[in-house]
Amino acid sequence: MGLDLRFPIGLMFSLVGLILAGYGLITGSNVELYKRSLGININLVWGIFLLVFGIIMLVFAMKGNKSS
Amino acid sequence: MLNAQIQLGIIDYTIMGIYVLFVLGIGWALKRYMKTSTDFFMSGRSIPAWITGLAFLSANLGALELVGMAASGAKYGIATSHFYWVGAIPAMVFLAIFMMPFYYGSKARSVPEYLKLRFDERVRCLNSISFAVMTLFASGISMNALAKLLNQLLGWRYDISLWICSAVVLVYVLKGGLTSAIYTEVLQFFMIVLGFAPVVYLGLKDIGGWHNLNNILGNVAQNPSAIELNSKTFQPDAWTSAWKPLLEGSGNNPMGVDWFAMVFGLGFVLSFGYWCTNFLVVQRAMAAKNMSAARRTPLIAAVPKMIFPVLVILPGMIAAALAFTAKDNYRLPPVIIKNMPAIVQMVKSTSTENPAVIVENIRKSTGLKMSDAKIFAVLSDNAAKPLTDDQIAMRLQNAVLENDYDGVILSLVKKYCPTGLLGLALTALLASFMSGMAGNVTAFNTVWTYDLYQAYIAKNRSDEHYMWMGRVVTVVGILLSIICAYLVSRWSNAMDIIQLVFGFVNAPLFATFLLGMFWKRTTGTGAFLGLLGGTLTSALFHALSTTTGNVLGIKGGYLWSLMGKGIEAMPKHVIFPSEMAQNFWLASFAFIGCFVLTAVISLVTKQEKTDTELTGLVYSLTPKIKDSEESWILRPAVLGTILLVGCVILNVIFF
Repeated sequence: MGLDLRFPIGLMFSLVGLILAGYGLITGSNVELYKRSLGININLVWGIFLLVFGIIMLVFAMKGNKSS
Repeated sequence: MLNAQIQLGIIDYTIMGIYVLFVLGIGWALKRYMKTSTDFFMSGRSIPAWITGLAFLSANLGALELVGMAASGAKYGIATSHFYWVGAIPAMVFLAIFMMPFYYGSKARSVPEYLKLRFDERVRCLNSISFAVMTLFASGISMNALAKLLNQLLGWRYDISLWICSAVVLVYVLKGGLTSAIYTEVLQFFMIVLGFAPVVYLGLKDIGGWHNLNNILGNVAQNPSAIELNSKTFQPDAWTSAWKPLLEGSGNNPMGVDWFAMVFGLGFVLSFGYWCTNFLVVQRAMAAKNMSAARRTPLIAAVPKMIFPVLVILPGMIAAALAFTAKDNYRLPPVIIKNMPAIVQMVKSTSTENPAVIVENIRKSTGLKMSDAKIFAVLSDNAAKPLTDDQIAMRLQNAVLENDYDGVILSLVKKYCPTGLLGLALTALLASFMSGMAGNVTAFNTVWTYDLYQAYIAKNRSDEHYMWMGRVVTVVGILLSIICAYLVSRWSNAMDIIQLVFGFVNAPLFATFLLGMFWKRTTGTGAFLGLLGGTLTSALFHALSTTTGNVLGIKGGYLWSLMGKGIEAMPKHVIFPSEMAQNFWLASFAFIGCFVLTAVISLVTKQEKTDTELTGLVYSLTPKIKDSEESWILRPAVLGTILLVGCVILNVIFF
């Protein structure tokens, strides 16, 4: 149907991952904030995971567009 | 409820905003591809299998799945996985291998249209009207749950939440039709998985891992009343074994269900009735780009479906274990006191009365089971030094002993998610409700336009006209869903009655399809009267049966009540240990009633359809599909077998 769905999925999760990881970096020293996530800077960890997932999706979308 | 509200940060709203923008953007991007009614209602039958497969699953990921399954995980433990490994995967495999060739190959545009081709207009009309009404109510129930949740959790006004979320769904469905709904459902699938996975990980880590969770749940099973889960006691494996407690009888497992009702009632009648005949999910497979993709759609959906219990049931089990150990003072969320301002006033204005009388009055006013000691503490603290309204409300809420299981998943989100991840988890929740509504609305607009409007009101109009009607009815469908949401929110019994009627209509449906597809002698008259008979069987079964501890009425047994008899006069075998057991048996009887009636009437009525007309609609008259062009591993029969073996292995592991 003309639109490669991997592109918006990849773009959205890259963006969300970037924001989440960035926020995790900024607030990394805030021990109080990460008490509830058992001391893990979950924003940084999960943000990086989402960013990687998003980039992989984008790469697949671009590869898909090169082929017929 | 004051103490349940969450304060969101800018980062949380940003994540929510990004999601909404992308969902709307997909709708806008697809707008230019909507040229014909086939594009709008059926995605031009051009969608790849991986997309239709994930949409097939996501359309079913509404409020029931995320909120309801976590609730059941807390209440029943691992046995809830029967809704997946018994109540979904086998039916999805059956749909892929045996039924999709008829749905897709017949070129029917909807499930009711298949019924018209196979039987006659009467069967189509009956099915399309009941389905259209059902989807609107399902959509309304989903949106009511979302608006209520946002109100309790974030303090957003019910009306604003309801209208804004509905408007977002309306915009993207209106622009891109079914394709838009399918594409956003895939986006929502990833959002739901990636939004809730960290919550499950943190919960499992907090409780000390899987082994420790099992040990704690063993203690829960032996004393479930400690956290108000159940008044009975069970064997230590009741929350951690899927089959053993079931085989010990309905009285020995928290579900109150016996193995036969589970296997036949849920595993065959209800699950095949839902996954194989419900147009909401079948529509996704019918939008696939070719027969092979259509058949692979349910199989692709079955893979994540098989492991979804980790995401939706495990949180409930973790919550039960956390509550039992009272780790970090965690408790299962209490039922919300609805008339809190009046109760707070009662506490503040009765300082001179006898405290025991006040406690009794508070309990009566709330209608809930509450801790007397905690109410006394509020009263004495308030008498010593006046508390603020918020303090009184918070402490009274914590004095409620009854659990609100629907709040389990949110209580874990609140417990483990810092600002940032909180926005992601709440967006995942938002996505689940929206995908439920969009799925229902797209199924409704197709059935209305093709099976009711084109068939009975405006035949032989132009394609543009039907596309225009599709857009109009999308707006009407959303508005009717909103009305249904208000109805459910204002009238507490509405939900019970709606779901009861759904059960009556849905239970016999699979018998009609089974006979129609696999026995060419089945006639239109047999199918029509069989469906009515099956529905009547459901209603009669419900009127004659009830569950332990229920008052005769909406929950069943009202025929005995009309005869002036109470529950003590009812035969033991029509009093079930739980509503779930009653529902499973009701479905079994409805299926048998419909099956027998359809077969008998078909034998004594004339078959109006010729063999030529039935080609492509009945198994024995349809050429078998050759999958030779594909790699053997990708053939539906092979994939289906692998999935079923996987299912058996999971059942053995958690036996």
